[in-house]
Amino acid sequence: MAEAKPEDLQQTPLFERHQTAGGRIVPFGGYALPVQYPTGIMAEHKWTREQAGLFDVSHMGPSFLTLNAPTGDAEADHAAIAALIEPLICGDIAGLKPGQMRYTLLLNAQGGAIDDLMVGRLADSPGTLYIVVNAGTKENDFALIAKAAGDKAALRRADDGGLLALQGPEAVDVMAALIPDATQLGFMQVREFDWNGVPVTVSRSGYTGEDGFEVLVSSHMAVALWDELLVDPRVKPIGLGARDSLRLEAGLPLYGHDLDETVSPIEADLGFAVSKRRREAADFPGAQRILAERAGQLSRKRVGLIVEGAPAREGAEILDATGTAIGVVTSGGFAPSLGKAIALGFVPPDHAAIGNKLQVSVRGRAQPAEIVPTPFVPHRYFRKSA
Amino acid sequence: MTTKFTPDHEYIRVDGSTGIVGITNYAQEQLGDIVFVELPKVGKVLKKGDEAAVVESVKAASEIYAPVSGTVTEVNEALTGEPGLVNADPEAGGWMFKIAISDAGELDTLLNADGYAELTL
Repeated sequence: MAEAKPEDLQQTPLFERHQTAGGRIVPFGGYALPVQYPTGIMAEHKWTREQAGLFDVSHMGPSFLTLNAPTGDAEADHAAIAALIEPLICGDIAGLKPGQMRYTLLLNAQGGAIDDLMVGRLADSPGTLYIVVNAGTKENDFALIAKAAGDKAALRRADDGGLLALQGPEAVDVMAALIPDATQLGFMQVREFDWNGVPVTVSRSGYTGEDGFEVLVSSHMAVALWDELLVDPRVKPIGLGARDSLRLEAGLPLYGHDLDETVSPIEADLGFAVSKRRREAADFPGAQRILAERAGQLSRKRVGLIVEGAPAREGAEILDATGTAIGVVTSGGFAPSLGKAIALGFVPPDHAAIGNKLQVSVRGRAQPAEIVPTPFVPHRYFRKSA
Repeated sequence: MTTKFTPDHEYIRVDGSTGIVGITNYAQEQLGDIVFVELPKVGKVLKKGDEAAVVESVKAASEIYAPVSGTVTEVNEALTGEPGLVNADPEAGGWMFKIAISDAGELDTLLNADGYAELTL
């Protein structure tokens, strides 16, 4: 990422809290955010896996897309709002139940990923979708969504507010004291709640592989929510460094690294995000390519690698057993939970089998690497039994 | 025995014609948790400023440069199994390599402790 001058950077409503807590502030997606606090990435990472980590993700792009003229029929209104966004993405939004949320991709005409995002159907606000996009892409994403909505729906950005992610095995018990009803949510469910008389949007989601919540709150209440969460001794603030190592262990792609406008959902091993109804209708951008890739015409595929020795970082070449370059690492680093170097990268499908022995080139030296299943560390999402 | 410093946060502790090289406490604090150290080969001939070793934190790799010219005579093998020694004890147990100094005059171009302390204020 290009270095930005501090004065060019936006601040989240929690900026002063990060400074006070000794956060090391770095530019990220145009925002000044903490990469770590004094305890360091390793300790923060482990804390999140064992207790509850609190992340400021206010730089991301939460928003609401609402029908301008709802009929009052919740199902019809949902169908109408879903029909506005579905032409941009590959997910089945019409099929969402009230309160359900889905990971999906915004695609260009060639089936490449413009962004990955979350789209949720708000149960108590018929005809409204809750949409969260990535920080670095949000201006373009919002413009595309607003254009697709035309005069039928209004996009209300909420990215001036606070978005807090509480992640880890203790997150649910912490939430029980704060917004008890939110603990009834299952993984990938979203609802609006009242917290101390303030409306908040809570989803049971996150990007660490742990059970957890993301809470959207107005900017003037963000600090109060942050402070109240941190009163609990099980909660500590966690920076972007551990956020990245946690999501890497969880095998989750990061936009701008593992995903970009050339990468299709099938190449990125996100086939689950191309919903069945949409596949059958072949009515999403780049459907021809994506369906052909799904049928086997694939030139590269995202895989997970365990690397022996020094971590292979983004840009490192992936080599076959004979030393021929066959692909590239798109995210890589050290996995604190495993004590090993891990990486995500793209290789041709005939090299992508689990257990395949490859190499990675780190500073000009070939090191052994093996294709392993992802996630590297098992997900611990809270799935409600149906 | 005297210790000298580079502006890149390496130290060299000089004992006669040999120097022990590592990174300063300030540097390890800046790097954070160190998870991997790549050491030079014994016998490697280095010129002042050459890349001699690499330390990797969770986030990134950082090169360690030779503070002076010379030949690597010994490396701290303990770091292979326990890279965190660089965090815990950078200026003693976390040393990286020993170098037979080929041009003692180069030591005069390095910072002394006061000069280095000023740099990291």
